[in-house]
Amino acid sequence: MMMFILRRIFQTIPVMIGVTFVVFFIMQLVPGDPAVLLAGEGASKETIEGIREQLGLNQPLYVQYTDYLMNIFRGDLGVSLKNSQPVLDEILVRLPITIELAFFSILITIVLGMAAGIISAIKPYSLTDVSVMLIALLGISLPSFWFGLMLMYLFSVKLQILPVAGWDSILHIILPAVTLGAGGAAIVARMTRSSMLEVIRQDYIRTARSKGLRETVIIYKHALRNALIPVITVVGLQFGALLGGTVLVESIFAINGLGRMIVDAIRMRDLPIVQGGVLCASLIFVIVNLFVDIFYRFFNKRIELN
Amino acid sequence: MYDSDKPVLEVKGLKTHLTTKNGVSKAVDGIDFSLHKGETLGIVGESGCGKSMTSLSILRLIPSPPGKIVDGSILFKGKNIVEMSEDQLRKIRGNEISMIFQEPMTSLNPVIPVGEQIAEALRLHQKLGKKDAWQNSIEMLKLVGIPSPEKRAKQEPFQLSGGMRQRVMIAMALACRPEVLIADEPTTALDVTIQAQILELIKKLQAKIGMGVIMITHDLGVVAETCDKVAVMYAGNIVEHAPTEQLFSDPKHPYTKGLLNSLPRIYEDQDELATIEGNVPSPYHLPEGCRFASRCAHREAICDRKLPELIEQSDGVKVRCWMYTDQWALHEEKEEVL
Ligand SMILES: Nc1ncnc2c1ncn2[C@@H]1O[C@H](COP(=O)(O)OP(=O)(O)OP(=O)(O)O)[C@@H](O)[C@H]1O
Ligand code: SF4
Ligand SMILES: [Mg+2]
Repeated sequence: MMMFILRRIFQTIPVMIGVTFVVFFIMQLVPGDPAVLLAGEGASKETIEGIREQLGLNQPLYVQYTDYLMNIFRGDLGVSLKNSQPVLDEILVRLPITIELAFFSILITIVLGMAAGIISAIKPYSLTDVSVMLIALLGISLPSFWFGLMLMYLFSVKLQILPVAGWDSILHIILPAVTLGAGGAAIVARMTRSSMLEVIRQDYIRTARSKGLRETVIIYKHALRNALIPVITVVGLQFGALLGGTVLVESIFAINGLGRMIVDAIRMRDLPIVQGGVLCASLIFVIVNLFVDIFYRFFNKRIELN
Repeated sequence: MYDSDKPVLEVKGLKTHLTTKNGVSKAVDGIDFSLHKGETLGIVGESGCGKSMTSLSILRLIPSPPGKIVDGSILFKGKNIVEMSEDQLRKIRGNEISMIFQEPMTSLNPVIPVGEQIAEALRLHQKLGKKDAWQNSIEMLKLVGIPSPEKRAKQEPFQLSGGMRQRVMIAMALACRPEVLIADEPTTALDVTIQAQILELIKKLQAKIGMGVIMITHDLGVVAETCDKVAVMYAGNIVEHAPTEQLFSDPKHPYTKGLLNSLPRIYEDQDELATIEGNVPSPYHLPEGCRFASRCAHREAICDRKLPELIEQSDGVKVRCWMYTDQWALHEEKEEVL
């Protein structure tokens, strides 16, 4: 197990280097000269050249790349072209917001999804089951931006019980987190249901019945633990989808998270911010995957050996 | 009320049918037997004849849908299990009647330590505290011959071999000292030496607890070793019911005879009942008459007309075959006249 974790951690290093490589070179392909952009309209050739010099933009690409890499290791992600603030500072302000949003979303995905799945599986093909699964199907099919706007319209504009946008209180978190977590919850619900139905047919459930256990004990103690094993994989995959989704949801609800930072920076051609943001997002993605892998492996060990 | 001379378990006219999209399978189609304290009843028959369905019916564990007990009664100490409420049934399951399943590899929960799987029944039925139940389950593991039971109790099934898992199943089934143990092919999945050990173990514990045992098997060697009496099943029916010695020395039903004739072959292939030529009728399309007719050398016209009853002979053996009825003689005379 220890070996597996170490090996898995080592595997992330080339991945991360690959990411820096891609991030760096894709930015080279972006049209427009950042030095020109930064100097502002009507700047003299000398000013532009000076900026170029200052940022090392006139060096050969490989030199720029190695410089870039060294700086990253020093924790220096450059400065924003807009306000000359260090990129890292900006990220450290934005990142906790996105993490908070992602955390509550995944909580909704897991809790809501599993609860719905279990309720459905207990009485398959009942009215409850059919309704829950219909809602889940809608949850998967609806585009999240539309869903988010509908939620906003209903709860903030019509009913006025939740704030429209921003990020000040727990109330602000609800709508974005639901918007972001709903699709995942729907997928988890369907997975939990089918996995539960599969498990309930197993021999060991019959054994549990033969012992005279109550139905609730059979469901929650004997069936659920086994049924959740495949669900964990699905939840793991949802983490990835979720990180992508933050970009959209942060824009809809005007939340100053990492996703919105990247989108704004792209619009303004603030190259260092985009690079830093994408790098940071990739790092989170890799780390989350690492944890999911390790957790899943730990959980699944006995199944594999069986 | 309940009289200890009476059988603990009495099955009368049990019919368990399965309704699938292919029609109705009469997997168990009118079974009668009884079991006393300390007695071992063997149920033998080819694969698919309804042995497991019969045993699962006793604890109402048949998968439903598609299965359903459509007729008959199962009297446990005089009370009919078929008509019990879920609550009443739960008090009997695992406590007064328990079961060892045919599939030791899949019958234990893969994510719960085996000690806990034994202890939970003890807490439930014997009202033991957590510690006592755990201690007791370790005792049970020791009793079934699992080495270092303290360590094993904390392990999950995947860390145990097939033989050990079946021992755990036995420990689990016997933890509450049941009055009836149903053992559905407790040894088929295991290799020969372990088979013998497990059977020995069940016999030893039976002597200790005094429970009645239903031993389901398709191995006649197991029957000879362990059973007091035997019911031979064929296509959902009992075709012969006899004390073990009588069954081996004086088999009556042509099917039983066929089984015994091919006995030497059993020792070559421990898993399969020796084959008799012809096919078992499908439980979805059973013939009107005798279900063994298509494979029987003694078949007469009467055999195809009506299913024979299970009739007790003068020596106490019960047989379901026209040859052992008055009609057979009449029938033969008629044939001669013609
Ligand atoms: N879940 C099910 N759905 C439909 N039919 C079933 C099901 N389980 C069993 N049957 C049918 O019921 C009949 C009796 O099966 P049963 O399992 O009782 O046989 P068995 O005597 O225990 O055989 P074996 O020696 O192979 O264990 C068989 O014909 C089988 O096809
Ligand atoms: S009833 Fe007829 S066909 Fe059936 S076993 Fe007896 S003799 Fe054979
Ligand atoms: Mg069987």
